[in-house]
Amino acid sequence: MRFLDEFRAPDAAQGMIERIHRLAARCGDVTFMEVCGTHTMSVYRHGIRRLLPPNVRMLSGPGCPVCVTPNTFLDRAVALARLRHFIVATFGDMMRVPGSSSSLREEKAWGCDVRVVYSTLEALAIARENPTRQVVFLGVGFETTAPTIGAAILEARATHVRNFSVLSAAKLIPPAMAALVAHPALRIHGFLCPGHVSVVMGTEPYEFLARDHGVPCVVAGFEALDILQGIVMLLQQVVERRAEVEIAYRRVVSPRGNPAARRILGDVFEASDSTWRGLGVLPRSGLCIKPELRDHDAGRFEVDVEPTREQAGCDCGDVLRGIKTPFDCKLFGKVCTPDDPVGACMVSSEGTCAAAWRYGRDLE
Amino acid sequence: MGGTLNRRAPAILLDHGSGGRASRRLVEETILPHLRNTLLDRLDDAAVLSLDAARLAFTTDSYVVDPIFFPGGDIGMLAVHGTINDLAMSGARPVALSAGFILEEGLPLADLDRIVASMARAAANAGVPIVTGDTKVVARGAADKIFINTAGIGLVPPGVDISGHHGRPGDAVILSGPIAEHGVAILSKRAGLSFASSCKSDTAPLAALVADMLDACPAIHSLRDPTRGGLAATLNELASQSRVRIEIDEAVIPISDAAASACEMLGIDPLHLANEGVLVALVPCEHAAGVVNAMHANPLGRHARVIGKVLDGDPLVVMRTMVGGKRIVALPSGQPLPRIC
Amino acid sequence: MCLAVPMKVTSIQGDRARASLGDVEREIGIAMLPDVQVGDYVIVHAGFAIQHLDEQEALETLALFRGMAEVDDQDGRPS
Repeated sequence: MRFLDEFRAPDAAQGMIERIHRLAARCGDVTFMEVCGTHTMSVYRHGIRRLLPPNVRMLSGPGCPVCVTPNTFLDRAVALARLRHFIVATFGDMMRVPGSSSSLREEKAWGCDVRVVYSTLEALAIARENPTRQVVFLGVGFETTAPTIGAAILEARATHVRNFSVLSAAKLIPPAMAALVAHPALRIHGFLCPGHVSVVMGTEPYEFLARDHGVPCVVAGFEALDILQGIVMLLQQVVERRAEVEIAYRRVVSPRGNPAARRILGDVFEASDSTWRGLGVLPRSGLCIKPELRDHDAGRFEVDVEPTREQAGCDCGDVLRGIKTPFDCKLFGKVCTPDDPVGACMVSSEGTCAAAWRYGRDLE
Repeated sequence: MGGTLNRRAPAILLDHGSGGRASRRLVEETILPHLRNTLLDRLDDAAVLSLDAARLAFTTDSYVVDPIFFPGGDIGMLAVHGTINDLAMSGARPVALSAGFILEEGLPLADLDRIVASMARAAANAGVPIVTGDTKVVARGAADKIFINTAGIGLVPPGVDISGHHGRPGDAVILSGPIAEHGVAILSKRAGLSFASSCKSDTAPLAALVADMLDACPAIHSLRDPTRGGLAATLNELASQSRVRIEIDEAVIPISDAAASACEMLGIDPLHLANEGVLVALVPCEHAAGVVNAMHANPLGRHARVIGKVLDGDPLVVMRTMVGGKRIVALPSGQPLPRIC
Repeated sequence: MCLAVPMKVTSIQGDRARASLGDVEREIGIAMLPDVQVGDYVIVHAGFAIQHLDEQEALETLALFRGMAEVDDQDGRPS
């Protein structure tokens, strides 16, 4: 069994879609938010939106770490890349994101040493292979990725790789969900909760949404059938007037999560206030590297960073809050396209606007 | 490095070479405006010139792949097959090739020897001689090991008129074989993405396969080999040139388990990855079955199948997904990059 | 934000392991899953195993999906 294709079986999908239509007939208009950007990508990749009944709307939330990273981080990364003895290592997702005046892919074109890696361990290997140069890894991600960043830092310390450091922009998802639910303009009838964040954190962080705000939550996986099942379970809660946190993604998510991963988080990071593009500063929503690991914190490098400029007319903030769809933004498809992205929502491979452009533009 | 924090003058980016939207813009905005003429503007894989009674196909291509030796082939083999294929995509019988080398100081002679030997074998196997060439050497750092340009000429048989502009509503979209093999083979060797894969480049000369297809149906409308930018780029080019809508079915697109697995792991769309031994054909629907049968008899076409159809409508490529949904297949914006998010 | 794939662990070397998805094989970090064994199925994100994949749960989930393809009662539950 590959655990992939089986979860895309067309006949099972058909049955689930029919069930979604039957359940949807028993409730009014509902809006579910898929918090996680990977869910957004998967919904678009499989063309799921068009299969849903007209009264079931899927809204894309802020779970795209590249989208919510503000310009200041990109600008600092660019400034570090421009220093001659620095190597900037990054996940591919960050390469095309525009900062105030440049991007990493442009800096690479101009001769800066910027390298795409698939894993923090590859960045660590680059540091070992280049002992005279400082390797800075751009630590963007949520609770799924943060332990992989932490593990690399711990290994760097244990094996004395002094020239490896991380510029941390890791963020925590539950504070963002709390901020969304508190917003008066938002009307969400259910959350499709991030499957892999939950692998690490378990389900306890979402309890307050069901208990205090009466919003159904289902932790779903990422294959087509997983997402359809998540929608079925959300509709069932709505129809039965329940508000609980349920796990659909039972083959990897348990209520307790992954304690070893959380221990790594606790050893390396502490929570701090953090700026989210579109949501502003959310208290205790970011992860910064603990003082005792300062040697591996790239935030300690003094470097001239240009003053931050945010793009005028960009609606990324409202798109991330779910208040606007990409099609509501005046810049979408005209001034802002994947070739010439204005905001990170268009440039990130899983940004809501990029996904809408690639997969949904003319079909909406 | 360092210095000014102001936006610098526009410059070439790697994305401009990836066969996607950035490449198209580069050609349309920077190159074509200077060079316009009716033949060039068609932007087919080869130009077909009428000389007396003959129609001559003429094409050129440059090869800069890194690494220069990869599973299933090398840059030399690619250079021979690639240009033969560009001729074949015009329906031409390849007649001869040229080969120009730009060599970086410090390239081991053994590597050059291996590459040229490979080119000789590829040319001999395909029956297309390399009849002229050139060699230049540049200082260390001014080129990356070796760059190869090959140009080719071929003869287009009478009655054959193939172009990206000739697709028509009702045509069947035929794909000759599994996608993404070459792209994954190259990715597996890229530093920072190390993974072991059984994928080998599918580089192969397609002229004989095309000849078999033309025997079955001389009136094939369009042929194109989906190299850089992948099937997504090629279908979008055809839709755009022919001004038609193309619809394909994800469930029938052949891809090996190995290539599919690698793409899943890296988060890369297999439709964006290069192929070097595969072609797409737009064929009048009444001839589709005959063409596919003819392809099955050729080793390079044994997995050939109809993957979609051409429809009336604004240029767009739409795919029916495995679960019955629909999504747009857009022109890739630039280089395929692995993602973790 | 969490692209991850199921892979099977084929060997373990200290805090690294080799794992395969079909024909693709690569080295992964196992710091998040210290008790992993050869032969386990794990979910791999950004080159790290982040959790075990429970085969039994996977089979039950697939059965559930298939059940949903069958005719069911008014409430939308399998009969």
